[in-house]
Amino acid sequence: MIIHQLSVFLENKKGRLFEAIETLAKNGINISALSLAEACEYGVVRMIVDDTELSKSVLKDSGVVVSVSKAVAVAMNDSPGGARDILKVLAQADVNIEYMYAFVGKTTGKALMVLRTDDIEKTEKILKENGLGEVNPADIYRI
Amino acid sequence: MIRDRKIECMPRDELKKLQSERLCALVARMYDKVELFRMRMDELGLKPGDIKGVEDLDKLPFSYKKDLRDYYPYGLFAEPLENVSRIHASSGTTGKRIVVGYTQNDIDMWGECIARMLNGIGLGKDDIVQVSFGYGLFTGGFGLHSGCEKIGATVIPISSGNTALQIQTMIDFKATALCCTPSYAMYLGEEIERLGVKDQLKLKVGIFGAEPWTEDMRKKIEESLNIRAYDIYGLSEVMGPGVACECEYGQGMHIWEDNFIVEIIDPDTGKVLPEGSKGELVFTALTKEAFPLIRYRTRDICSLNTKPCPCGRTHIRMNKPSGRSDDMLIIRGVNVFPSQIEEAILQVSGSEITPNYQIIVDRVNNTDTLDINVEMSEKLFSDDIDVKAVDRLEKALVDKMRSTLGIGAKIHLVNPKTIARSEGKAKRVIDNRKF
Ligand SMILES: [Zn+2]
Repeated sequence: MIIHQLSVFLENKKGRLFEAIETLAKNGINISALSLAEACEYGVVRMIVDDTELSKSVLKDSGVVVSVSKAVAVAMNDSPGGARDILKVLAQADVNIEYMYAFVGKTTGKALMVLRTDDIEKTEKILKENGLGEVNPADIYRI
Repeated sequence: MIRDRKIECMPRDELKKLQSERLCALVARMYDKVELFRMRMDELGLKPGDIKGVEDLDKLPFSYKKDLRDYYPYGLFAEPLENVSRIHASSGTTGKRIVVGYTQNDIDMWGECIARMLNGIGLGKDDIVQVSFGYGLFTGGFGLHSGCEKIGATVIPISSGNTALQIQTMIDFKATALCCTPSYAMYLGEEIERLGVKDQLKLKVGIFGAEPWTEDMRKKIEESLNIRAYDIYGLSEVMGPGVACECEYGQGMHIWEDNFIVEIIDPDTGKVLPEGSKGELVFTALTKEAFPLIRYRTRDICSLNTKPCPCGRTHIRMNKPSGRSDDMLIIRGVNVFPSQIEEAILQVSGSEITPNYQIIVDRVNNTDTLDINVEMSEKLFSDDIDVKAVDRLEKALVDKMRSTLGIGAKIHLVNPKTIARSEGKAKRVIDNRKF
C-alpha cells in the first residue's frame, strides 16, 4: 500500500527533534512511526502521522523545512524470513531500495515495513502480485 | 514614454559639447568656493582656465569618500547654508557619517532624473506609487518621492518597515508600483506568497536599488509580485538613487550624462580605461549646486557602453556593479566580494532557493575563518527530504565556494527565516575580526 510520510530537516541543534514532535503533539497529531537519519551535522526525521496535511502546515509554520513524500508500507510475515521474501521479489524486479524502516501496527501487533524505492508504483504492484503483506490503513495512520 | 526627448536622445557629440560647457563652469565655481578642490588644483599647478572641455577631465584631481569625513559636515559645500534646502547623510558603518546638501534646484534636478526613469518604464499620472524606501537621512525615500511628484503620480510615502501594513496598503490603496530595496522586495514577495494574496495586487512594476542584487533575484521578485522589476543606481555622495536608471528595455542603466560625467578607471593606477573595460566607476556631478563633485571615486566596480539602446536614448549605460570595493573582505589575504558568494549559492541552488544567507568572518588563532549560513527551503528537494540530498547540497556549496573564491568556507544549512532580516538593507556580512 502506498502511504504518505513526512520528512523534516533538522539542523543538528539540541532540541530540534523535540520541538518538531512537540509541535505535532500540541496539535493533537499522533505519530505511528518515526525514523531518524543523521549525516555530519544534519539530520532528517521521517514520520508517519494520522493527519499528514495538518502536520505539514503546523511544522512549516513552526519554521522548519518539511516535505511529504510517498513510500510503500508492507506487512511482514510472522515466519522467519518475512523480510527476505519482500526484498527478494524487489531485487528480482530490479527495484532499488533507497531506505527502509519498520514499526509495529496497532491493531495487529505485526511488524510493518516502510520502503522508499526508486519506483514506488512498481514496488506496490510487485508486492501485490506476489501476495505479500497487504496492510490495513488503520494500522498505518491509526485511524 | 520618453520624458525629455531633446535631452535623453541628444546626439552624443552634442551631449559632449554640453558636458564640456558645464564642466568648465563647474571647475571655475569649485575653484572659487571649495577650499579642498582649490588646494588640490594648486598642488597640480592647474588653473580653471586649463580645463577646456571633457577631454581635459583626466587632468583633474580625484575626490574620495575620506574627503567627506575630513570636511564633516559642511566643509565641501559650494553654497552657503542659506541656499541649502535639505541635508541627507549616510550611516557610515565606520567612523563619521558623510553629509551632503541640496539646493531647491538640486532637488528638482534629482526628481527630474528619476522622473525620466518612471516615465520610461511606463508610469504616469494615473499610477499609484508605494515608496517603501526609508524616508529620512537616507536618500532613498525622498529621492523617489520627488521623482513621483514630477510625473504627477499619486505617492504613498509609507517608508520602510512594518511588512503587514505594507502589504495591506499595497492591496487597499491599489498601488501600481513599488519602490524599495531588492532584499526587502524578496521578503515582501515571500510574505505575499505565504498569505496567498498575490491575486489581490495591482502592481505592474517595481523599482529596486540601494544594494547589489542579481539577475536571479530579479526573476524571483518578478515572479512573486507579478511585476517587471527595474534597477536604479545612485549613491548619496553623487546625488542619491537616479544617477543611473534602467529604461523599459532593462539592458543596463542609463547614466544621465547631461548631469553627470562618468569614467572607468583602474582602481590601482587611477588611469582611465577604454570603453567596455571593467574598473572603478568615477563620477563628476556637473549641475549640482550645493554639493558638486569632481572625479569622485565610488569604489563600485563595473563597465560602461555607449552602444545605441533600443529605447532610443543616447546616454551611456552601466551594468550592475559586480562588487563595491568598500564591501570587499580580505580573508586569508584573498579578496572576497559578498556578491560572489551570493552568485555561488544561486548557482548551486538553481535559483529556486530563497537566497537568504549570512557571511560570518572571524579570526581564530590568527587565522581568518569564513562561515556561511544558508537558509534551507523545501524547494531544494525534489519531494523527499533525504540526508543524502542534504549532504550533496552542503558539499556542492563547499566546492562551489572554493572554486569561486579560491578559499575554503564552512557552510551551515539553517532553518528558514532564522537569519535576521532587516527591513531596509540586508545585513549580509558580519565581520567579527578586530584589527
Ligand atoms: Zn534604453
